[in-house]
Amino acid sequence: MNNNYAFIFDIKKYSVNDGPGIRTTIFFKGCPLNCFWCHNPESQNYNPEEIQDCSFRWRPANNYSNSNTIGYKISLNELLREIEKDNLFYEESRGGVTFSGGEPMLQIDFLQNILCESKNRNINTAIDTTGYAKYSDFEKIIKYTDIFLYDLKLMNDDLHKYYCGVSNKIIHENLIKLSNDTKKIILRIPIIPSITDTEENINLMINFISKLNNILEIDLLPFHNTAKSKYEKMKKENKVANLVPPNAEHMQLIKNKFSVLNIPIKIGG
Amino acid sequence: MTDRIKKLRDQSLTAIPTMSHERALLLTQFYKSSEAQKYSVPVTRALAFKYILENKELCINDGELFVGEKGPEPKATPTYPELCIHSKEDLEILHNREKVWFKSSEETREIILNEVAPFWKGKSIREKILSEVDQEWIDAYKAGVFTEFMEQRAPGHTVADDKIYKKGMLDFIQDIRSSVSKLDFYNDPEAFNKREELKAMEICANALISFAKRYSKKLYQLAETEKDSIRKLELETMAGICERVPANAPRTFWEALQYYWFVHIGVTTELNTWDSFNPGRLDQHLYPFYKRDIESGLLTEDFARELLQSFWIKFNNQPAPPKVGVTAQESNTYTDFCLINVGGVNELGEDATNEMTYILLDTIEEMRLLQPSSMVQVSKKNPDRILKRALKIIRTGFGQPSIFNTDAIIQELTRQGKSIIDARLGGASGCVEAGAFGKESYILTGYFNIPKILELTLNNGFDPRTNKQIGIKTGELNSFKDYDEFYKAFEKQLNHFIDIKIKGNLIIERIYAEYMPAPFMSILIDDCIAKGKDYNNGGARYNSSYIQGVGIGTITDSLASIKFNVFDKKYLTLEELKKILDNNFNDNDFIRKMFLYESPKYGNDDDYADNITRQVFESYFKAIDGRPNTKGGHFRVNLLPTTCHVYFGNVLGATPDGRLAKEPVSEGISPVQGADVNGPTAVIKSASKIDHLRTGGTLLNQKFTPNFLSTEEGIEKVLYLIRTYFRMDGHHIQFNVVNAETLRDAQKHPEKYRDLIVRVAGYSDYFVDLGEDLQNEIIRRTEHMNL
Repeated sequence: MNNNYAFIFDIKKYSVNDGPGIRTTIFFKGCPLNCFWCHNPESQNYNPEEIQDCSFRWRPANNYSNSNTIGYKISLNELLREIEKDNLFYEESRGGVTFSGGEPMLQIDFLQNILCESKNRNINTAIDTTGYAKYSDFEKIIKYTDIFLYDLKLMNDDLHKYYCGVSNKIIHENLIKLSNDTKKIILRIPIIPSITDTEENINLMINFISKLNNILEIDLLPFHNTAKSKYEKMKKENKVANLVPPNAEHMQLIKNKFSVLNIPIKIGG
Repeated sequence: MTDRIKKLRDQSLTAIPTMSHERALLLTQFYKSSEAQKYSVPVTRALAFKYILENKELCINDGELFVGEKGPEPKATPTYPELCIHSKEDLEILHNREKVWFKSSEETREIILNEVAPFWKGKSIREKILSEVDQEWIDAYKAGVFTEFMEQRAPGHTVADDKIYKKGMLDFIQDIRSSVSKLDFYNDPEAFNKREELKAMEICANALISFAKRYSKKLYQLAETEKDSIRKLELETMAGICERVPANAPRTFWEALQYYWFVHIGVTTELNTWDSFNPGRLDQHLYPFYKRDIESGLLTEDFARELLQSFWIKFNNQPAPPKVGVTAQESNTYTDFCLINVGGVNELGEDATNEMTYILLDTIEEMRLLQPSSMVQVSKKNPDRILKRALKIIRTGFGQPSIFNTDAIIQELTRQGKSIIDARLGGASGCVEAGAFGKESYILTGYFNIPKILELTLNNGFDPRTNKQIGIKTGELNSFKDYDEFYKAFEKQLNHFIDIKIKGNLIIERIYAEYMPAPFMSILIDDCIAKGKDYNNGGARYNSSYIQGVGIGTITDSLASIKFNVFDKKYLTLEELKKILDNNFNDNDFIRKMFLYESPKYGNDDDYADNITRQVFESYFKAIDGRPNTKGGHFRVNLLPTTCHVYFGNVLGATPDGRLAKEPVSEGISPVQGADVNGPTAVIKSASKIDHLRTGGTLLNQKFTPNFLSTEEGIEKVLYLIRTYFRMDGHHIQFNVVNAETLRDAQKHPEKYRDLIVRVAGYSDYFVDLGEDLQNEIIRRTEHMNL
């Protein structure tokens, strides 16, 4: 893989829910998982893809295209230039850049370079990961990464395979290792009604998390229907089309359960 | 809110705005009398002021704690026939139109049309202006290249400083006399004029004292018959206050506020100054009185709050003067642009926030009135607390307070030559205008339609709407080899119309200086007394004249589209472009979409577009800044629209940014509606590429839904956004927290709301990008939050 270019599908400025402060979030294309509730279905395929009625979105480097293709190649320098544009906002708010996706770890060489270059420029870095990668890849980036936003979905491996398409074994192993090697993990738990919020799953999670070190915070992310129109435009099957988002009381109940861990818990990112 | 305040507030909200003939009739009676024939212009104006205050009806509303109304009752709005005369048609339109109406009784119409109008016909300032300016000025004015502020309202744009809290009118009279005694009739050829002006000021000072004494007498009378013992005591106290101020310096919190209010009534009775006078840095002025009264036990915090609320209602009782030459559709407002300033720094440049700052912010939130408008000044030295408090008011969604960068304002003012102390004690007034409060006349002379200049350039100086060659010939479209050549033609056309505007301004300034002095207001502004000169004749310490540029987003995107599509990509020629624009994009939807969605746009932190913003700003600045006015000061630029971007759009054909004919142009320095698609940090970055420090004010609007600000964390992140903008020298930002109605409109017209960000669940997104059902859900949630 060329480490000077990446495939991404969006750059989002004033991103206020992907780590501390005001951030720029870079959405990498391609994901090894295939979660039922994925709210970025356009991220899954590594290759650029055509969709109908793509919303018009400017891209960096004077590319004023409104083409219906999702995903594009961007060079390290171009991306750095975009990230650096909001430097003062990061400084004021103690924010920075977040690499999300998709799964940014899939493009590890590029990721390592851009994290390193960002750190060289005194920019706070975060990655938002499914955890599904070789641990040796994590080792490559630990020293350049200020915060890991690490997803935890289903503890039962069969259910994980069914709902997310892959085994959770490597994800959990990596998390244990990472929690020993870094002090900066925020766990992100999607609350998907009747799938991830079952009594059993939550109890297993609590049990698992209680053995981890260095968990800064737990974010409970309530399921939402925002991706509905994306699925329609992409003509992809939406497997959770009829799921109802959890209400505030339900989220509070779940939050209460997690509070035994004595770790700060946030509803929403 | 106490029952009394509830009642007064309701009264103010439900009072029907009416035309009042009182002032016009008294003025006319005076000018018909022999008294008006004997003296110099300033003295005659002063005697007219005195006559009005001696004879105007007194109004004491049930339960109120401050006295004085512009008209005979709340929202009875006077007219100023010496400036402009309402015609029969004007009165009818104002009476009948659906929005911003003023009802007039049969009696009022009869008096205005038959007694007032005939006397002033031929004498009004508006007629003088229109007969003195050139034909080319008239042509440009009619084409909508610029507007003229002074054709129906007097130069104002000034704000009170702290002097009235230190000196009574009797003290000012001492100052006036001392200035007279220093006049050097042997060596100063202006000595006589100065004596006349100073005489006029003394007459006005005495007139205000007598006016207050009339109130005092009436309040004592009311107290005598009042049955309620508490109200009786209040009336007696108020009577005592009116006896004391404005003759003497105030001693108490209550006196200070009543004093200001008499001054306010004085200034707005003398003339209909643009913008209405205002108390400026109110937290600074009031805090010493508040502290002293609380410590001595004279005042409780609760009663101080009640006084402030009652004071707020007085502002809301005074709609802006009804205009002449109005149309039924014309957008207008009752707002008279009083902008209360809180926060900022003191004369030493230190954090000036105090207890009163926060009490005033509470008052703003609780009163939730159209007037007075309010703002917070935020310096890097002010704590985050003031911003957080302001944001919590903003999120309730009534557009107040707006947020200003004190450090930028100080640098703007000092660049213009003001002393650092005068700059620190200044602030912003009207919409966003920086000024040295109590020491500066910083008049706005008119809006300037920058995108119209492009249309004229594309038409070689010919205005397609009025069908007339009004500009210079800057070249046939096929003669421009590259963008730079085309831009030079645009710049030439711009300079031409700025010259026309400035020539007109210099004439109009002299008309006001000669015929329409404001001796009462001159008492309040340094150094009119010391110089013996009127506010309208260079009496102020600093004299600035502004021409307000409008449409920076539209002109940037239009020029960027020409540069990109015509000269860079060569997709079409200028002649082809002109044809498409002449046809208002009829049958050219494809091209329009290309201009709308595939051309560089201001507001996205994209230097291709933003370099053009810089270029246009430089041209505009160079054309205006530093040119002398007739009052010893200079012309300056600022970038704000009020509602003029709607009118300027209405007189403009289709533009190369994809905008259709007659649609509004962009407002302030905000991007064209929907052109910014990279979020608020990109907008702020683009906006900061304008050199705010060389302006006297810029206006940036941002839209958010309430839930964006619903958590502490959300508020903090908006706070950082503001701090960063101000670190980049941004002048002002205001947040339009949108309601459900706006969101519904966005559903119907997504193209206009591409910049609208909503908080969805744990994250935020562009509203128009959301599926319809989710949009509906957010609308429901927003409605709920507004309850």
